[in-house]
Amino acid sequence: MSTANFVNVGERTNVTGSARFRRLIKDGDYPTALDVARDQVESGAQIIDVNMDEGMLESAEAMRTFLNLIAGEPDIARVPIMIDSSKWSVIEAGLKCIQGKGIVNSISLKEGEEQFLEQARACLDYGAAVVVMAFDEVGQADTADRKFEICQRAYKILTEQVGFDANDIIFDPNIFAVATGIDEHNNYAVDFIEATKRIRTELPGCHVSGGLSNVSFSFRGNEPVRRAMHSVFLYHAIKAGMDMGIVNAGQLDIYDDIDAELRDAVEDVILNRRDDATERLLDMAERFKGDGKALEKKQDLAWREWPVTKRLEHALVNGIDTYAVDDTEEARQEADKPLHVIEGPLMDGMNVVGDLFGAGKMFLPQVVKSARVMKKAVAHLIPYIEEEKEEADRGQSNGVIIMATVKGDVHDIGKNIVGVVLQCNNFEVIDLGVMVPAQKILDEAEKHNADIIGLSGLITPSLDEMVFVASEMKRRGMNQPLLIGGATTSRAHTAVKISPAIDTPVMWVKDASRAVPVAARFVGEDTRKVLAAELEDEYEKVRERHANKRKETFLSLTDARANKPDIDWDSYQPPQPNKPGITVFDDVDIATLRETIDWTPFFISWEMKGRYPDILNDPNKGKEARKLFDDAQAMLDTIIDEHWLTAKGVAGLFPAHSIGDDIEVLDDDRSKTQHVLRNLRQQSEHRKGVPHHCLGDFVAPKDSGKQDWVGGFAVTAGIGLKERVEQFKADNDDYNAILLEALADRLAESFAEWLHKQVRTDLWGYIDDEGLDNADLIAEKYQGIRPAPGYPACPEHTEKDTLWELLDVEQNAGISLTESRAMWPGAAVSGWYFSHPDSRYFVVGRINREQVEDYAERKGWTVKEAEKWLAPNLGYEPES
Amino acid sequence: MTTLSDALRERILVLDGAMGTMIQRHSLDEAGYRGDRFADWTQDVQGNNDLLTLTQPDIIREIHGQYFDAGSDIVETNTFSATTIAQADYGMQDLAFELNKTSAELAREVADDRSTADKPRFVLGAIGPTNRTASISPDVNDPGKRNVTFDELVETYTEAANGLIEGGVDGLLIETIFDTLNAKAAIFACRRALRARDSNLPLLISGTITDASGRTLSGQTTEAFYNAVAHAQPLAIGLNCALGPDALRQYVAEMSRIASQHVLAYPNAGLPNEFGEYDLAPDEMAEFVGEWADAGLVNLVGGCCGSTPEHIGAIADAVAGKAPRTAPERPEAMRLSGLEPFTLAA
Repeated sequence: MSTANFVNVGERTNVTGSARFRRLIKDGDYPTALDVARDQVESGAQIIDVNMDEGMLESAEAMRTFLNLIAGEPDIARVPIMIDSSKWSVIEAGLKCIQGKGIVNSISLKEGEEQFLEQARACLDYGAAVVVMAFDEVGQADTADRKFEICQRAYKILTEQVGFDANDIIFDPNIFAVATGIDEHNNYAVDFIEATKRIRTELPGCHVSGGLSNVSFSFRGNEPVRRAMHSVFLYHAIKAGMDMGIVNAGQLDIYDDIDAELRDAVEDVILNRRDDATERLLDMAERFKGDGKALEKKQDLAWREWPVTKRLEHALVNGIDTYAVDDTEEARQEADKPLHVIEGPLMDGMNVVGDLFGAGKMFLPQVVKSARVMKKAVAHLIPYIEEEKEEADRGQSNGVIIMATVKGDVHDIGKNIVGVVLQCNNFEVIDLGVMVPAQKILDEAEKHNADIIGLSGLITPSLDEMVFVASEMKRRGMNQPLLIGGATTSRAHTAVKISPAIDTPVMWVKDASRAVPVAARFVGEDTRKVLAAELEDEYEKVRERHANKRKETFLSLTDARANKPDIDWDSYQPPQPNKPGITVFDDVDIATLRETIDWTPFFISWEMKGRYPDILNDPNKGKEARKLFDDAQAMLDTIIDEHWLTAKGVAGLFPAHSIGDDIEVLDDDRSKTQHVLRNLRQQSEHRKGVPHHCLGDFVAPKDSGKQDWVGGFAVTAGIGLKERVEQFKADNDDYNAILLEALADRLAESFAEWLHKQVRTDLWGYIDDEGLDNADLIAEKYQGIRPAPGYPACPEHTEKDTLWELLDVEQNAGISLTESRAMWPGAAVSGWYFSHPDSRYFVVGRINREQVEDYAERKGWTVKEAEKWLAPNLGYEPES
Repeated sequence: MTTLSDALRERILVLDGAMGTMIQRHSLDEAGYRGDRFADWTQDVQGNNDLLTLTQPDIIREIHGQYFDAGSDIVETNTFSATTIAQADYGMQDLAFELNKTSAELAREVADDRSTADKPRFVLGAIGPTNRTASISPDVNDPGKRNVTFDELVETYTEAANGLIEGGVDGLLIETIFDTLNAKAAIFACRRALRARDSNLPLLISGTITDASGRTLSGQTTEAFYNAVAHAQPLAIGLNCALGPDALRQYVAEMSRIASQHVLAYPNAGLPNEFGEYDLAPDEMAEFVGEWADAGLVNLVGGCCGSTPEHIGAIADAVAGKAPRTAPERPEAMRLSGLEPFTLAA
């Protein structure tokens, strides 16, 4: 918060004062008009004046539009607004848009007391301070006496009749132009200054303001003289009590810095000290004419003048990598040893970043940008360090962490983010990448003498793989603590499954910001013991709770099947596809996919939680969210322009019927079964009337005689992704690497959504024109579903094998499956299509041994195999 | 007769607790909400708690009584959502005036019943935020868009205020303010409604700090919010909802530092747990609020979401006999705000 003695009101958002702003508003270029307001606030305006009085404009509408837009820009909206218009209707339109307490500029006694009273009361009801012009029924006041008299009269009415707080009254006793060549004008500045003095002494509480640029009007085009006039006028008016002004901060000089000769001549004019003052200033003016604009916008680079250590800190905190190498080089030349640059200014800067992030004052995208600066700086130093035959002393780091996405899994955005954040906190991170077998993880950990091992995974089979890594560690007698993270991991799974498999502490970390304190505690001998004990306590409780939860009651499989959704097949006519069989989408335009991106998960992947689009206007993180969003948009432009990514997909529609829970896919004349989709049914006890769902319910049963269909699809937007990401990583640019991966994921999701629409409206064509907008699509308001194997409605991953065979996905879309059935490239989505109007998403949840045995038999598996693939869904403890 | 203003000068007053939480205890079904009068209403009305004033007046009366018996000096009318805008969700916008007036009459009756010379009981007309925001866009692609205008809000609040005033409240409480522009429309409406009746009923104002950012949903800090609504010349101003007493304290302390009026505060009973229930126990909550009284931060306390007569009883005990806050002397100044406060010294 700020308390001021003189308020500078920014005037550049005033169509009568700024030709540029007028043009922007007339052209309807509000985004640029907002930049004008933002620049003004950034360059120090404490209040901004908004004026839309222009004959060609619908002024009230322009006022409303601009103020509503400002309300969505926290870095502008933080300051109060001065609503400036000569039309009351425009002022009122403005007052209805500002949530803060602003200022009305202006009202006056020009039209008489009655109107003045009415408008003043309204200002009070709306809650605004008010500028009162020294203007009455007779006219605008020019002499000091008239100025004071009008102000005094207004003051009495406001404080005594309306009930205004005197502090909320600002008088504007009219600043007129001087040095116009007309003798009557010569005393105008003096009149203003004298009136100001009287108003401030005799009318307690109130303030005095004025529009400064008027005074120098006759020197238009000569900026140095105008600046000097403004400064001199202000210097004397402020001494008299003027405490507010409409002033372009860029058009002021420091009083003491003005050339003495010029200042004297200006002072003669302002204070009306000599009869020939105007002529003398005119004579002199030509000499001082020149470039008066050089000062503008220069401030942004002021930090470049700072000492190099400060510059490095600034670059790290603000994530500016432009000068990273130059500054690092300069610091290296000043340092005794190159290593000292890392240990000194760079680590100091990163500590600031770490502190700010820890305190919630920086957000993840900023931290990742900081890390980019750090990496570039370090990369520059490495050759010099090696030249000195100096080993980068490992003892200096907080500890060594081995990180990997486990075998069978390809997802690594979260892991990369955790890695960056740990690096920012001076941990040495050795990232083994994705699909890393347990043996390699553990070999590398031993080789590097790692302090901590971090495992990441996104799909459910990775949970088992993590248990396996833990048990392998135990077998090999390794004692590093384990960090567990990734979308399907949980505290419960860590406590119940992973922790019992190993003797060393295992910690589940929810997100990147939690990783640092945990890692720090793990590396300290004492803190590690304490943390281990805490964890054991906590996990014991989780295990207990879990054990209790297991007492879930299940229906018998027969009863669950009997309670399936009641679909009337007799009166249902399954829609016949327009284009049965397989359709390949070879190179879908990324620009099309971009239109339907669901952005909320994108922000979540950066640990910025909040619903898009609201997050962009969030007062706390909105600014960073918008920066990230802008970076994403810019990268999407490049992805499209330079064809970084190719989107390929395949969809297929096949004759099918259901038999029990399963779905048989038939050949074209429905004579032979080609494939069978094995499905699971909900089994836990439901409220009365709630059916037990299974995907098989949504396809017409064989004995109904209806000719139904089922579909499948697989899409990726990740072809070409790996090379680009590796390039970014090689350039030490994790920020763009993560950004690109996150965007590829979003594009793949958008592709799936787009393709589903093609299927609904064209290929299968069971809906004509849906008329749904993107928000509706994200909210899944359409008919039909596209559940993905491995997700709640069909949680068993090997069903993807069937899908892959049906669609020949590897050939048609270039996506392969790992042994855990993760899709590669990772930016991919696949699933089944169901068209029945009653088809819906549901969660299979836990099932009992009876269904597991039944499923094993249908799949041709042993029960043990089934239990492995269904591990997350088991409603009982399998025999080991 | 002692007025609310007199009583506030003498001691810390206690407001009631949550209405919704108490209504939930009655587990009303759709039919219960409809009553006889709205049996044939074309839309579902279950969850329209304000409607219960008309369809289940005995329940509302009983809840007011429970709070008074627990120790409340003041109850709020059951009108948090009784605006034309909020009622439109149920197609009941035409009932707004009646809901406000009847609710005020009903609370008045219970208050008068229990009022004694030593312990006068008061009724505040609750004016909620509505479910729309005047300064936040519902559509990011169109940040200038609004789903409600100031004028529409003034209209809806005028109707609510008129109903409450005619029903006989002792003051109007504009509460749970998450968008200050909505509140400014409410203040505008109340001031004009009161002026038209030549009434000097007091206004009370309560903002909501939504999270640890320390700002309202629309982005203002506590002091910016105070500056933006101080023209209402409220009898009391403060904060409610969104946070439990532990997290709210710093903002109450801030309000206490800056407000030249009485300070009010009624936090939630903690934060909702994973089942959506509030689990701060009455004695725990009272311990926090009692400490506010010890620190001289408050003049009027109560409970918001999740609080019950048990909480209010414990709070009443915790503040009993403790001196009310006295407002600080602050230097004269013009106090403006955007999202942040700005002060120009006199």
